[in-house]
Amino acid sequence: MVESKTFFRVLLIVLATGLLTANQTQADEISRATLLSISCAGCHGTDGKSPGSIPTIGGKSSDFIATALLQFSSGERAGTVMGRHATGYTDEEIQLIADYFAGR
Amino acid sequence: MTTLSRRKFIHLLGATGGIAALGALASTLGSCSGKPGAGPRVVVVGGGFGGATCAKYLRRFNPSLQVTLVERDAHFVTCPFSNTVLAGLQDMDSIQHSYDTLRTQYGVEVLQDNVTAIDPATNRVSLQNGAELEYDRLVISPGIDFRWDEIEGLDETTSDTIPHAWKAGPQTITLRSQLEAMADGGVVIIAPPDNPFRCPPGPYERASLIANYLKTHKPRSKLLIADAKDKFSKQGLFMQAWEQLYPGMIEWVKGSDGGKIERVDAATRTLYPEIGDPVSADVINFIPPQKAGVVAHAAGLVNSDGWCPVDQRTFASTLQPNIHVIGDASIAGKMPKSGFAANSQAKVCAAAIVSELGGTTMPDPSYVNTCYSLVAPDYGISVAAVYRLQDGKIVKVEGSGGVSPMDVPDEYRRNEARYARGWYQSITQDAFG
Repeated sequence: MVESKTFFRVLLIVLATGLLTANQTQADEISRATLLSISCAGCHGTDGKSPGSIPTIGGKSSDFIATALLQFSSGERAGTVMGRHATGYTDEEIQLIADYFAGR
Repeated sequence: MTTLSRRKFIHLLGATGGIAALGALASTLGSCSGKPGAGPRVVVVGGGFGGATCAKYLRRFNPSLQVTLVERDAHFVTCPFSNTVLAGLQDMDSIQHSYDTLRTQYGVEVLQDNVTAIDPATNRVSLQNGAELEYDRLVISPGIDFRWDEIEGLDETTSDTIPHAWKAGPQTITLRSQLEAMADGGVVIIAPPDNPFRCPPGPYERASLIANYLKTHKPRSKLLIADAKDKFSKQGLFMQAWEQLYPGMIEWVKGSDGGKIERVDAATRTLYPEIGDPVSADVINFIPPQKAGVVAHAAGLVNSDGWCPVDQRTFASTLQPNIHVIGDASIAGKMPKSGFAANSQAKVCAAAIVSELGGTTMPDPSYVNTCYSLVAPDYGISVAAVYRLQDGKIVKVEGSGGVSPMDVPDEYRRNEARYARGWYQSITQDAFG
């Protein structure tokens, strides 16, 4: 165990540099869900928060997002471009994406 | 303050056993991501969709990184929606984006400067102002430059008379002014290049929106597309819409029918095709053949075709160490050269760099492209696809993607026009803040 003086020095540096932030306790680890989901931001906005006419998905329930994607994928739900996107993911990937945006 | 090496710092941090506690404490004080990091240095050259997105996501993934974005201009003017400016539907301000949010909210150091040299042997970037930047990883997102030598009579100096307007900015204004100055009954020619080139549906969206302007303001005018190719992106959709919206106004001549131009006489605004008679026009928008942006050439990142070969999983150059190339300049399998593709690649590249520097393994990447084209202000069409890596190449996920359907109700086209505008707001927010 390092002495408390060093601990507080480290703490200061951490706070000063912002090494660790709210959702980034392990800065270097990038999950599969993240990697799948960030490509959605191009249309739905960073973290799924859309500034324009495309629906916001960040913060919607996981069920809502997963159901919409599965229905777009099967063709059960009509849309424009989403049917062409949803068919690019497996059911398991859709669940990962739904959970990711539900947590934004 | 005592300076600590990164390694020692991490070691100390680990020794405290308080990573989670520190994280929680930091979070209660709010995000500190607006402050620059003290970790490994990543330099990003080029502040377009690729570079800006990459800089932002590097910092989002790991706020300890020191990220410097080097960009020649103070603002970025987007090629997407520049065709609406040509048609007089929007102004230049609406397609211009600053780097302020990257600076203030994401802690990216943004330097407005030109890169004069890149030395992969010493991991250094030299800037015109004399500064030298040392990097652990370098990301190059240089966009495109033109192969002026391929068309006789065409070079950078003729672009005042015969604008390319394929890099948005002053060239957009030049072409817009020429269209405004043209008399009713005039002839406009758009000459798109052969593949590969930036924004495959772009020239045809441009033809559509210029036709929209002509129909409204100069209805006796004509628009000719002298194409180097025999087919083009979303062709069926565009041609159906042209017949419906601009009957008799747009003529498309394919490459093998005399569309391919060999020589240009800028003084008389005359084009000399490979086959057939020369043709003159009042306004000519010649989009020259393209290659990776010049910065990539100077750094030894291009192959004999003029584009940058990369490991398509990480966008690491296969020619130089510790350098990644993203966006239009890179050879990215089946992905088109588009702003959206650059945005998608930038995030994968950022994830790859963060994983590599952190000693972790990046999960399998997924990539997306979505491109909207406006055929008229209330008439949109799109092309989209999801991509994965297969045998080291980016390929389309089977069964996904495609273009908007033919023969749909007007409401569908209106919705896609509305989504095109939403797309623009989202992607520029995702890239620039």
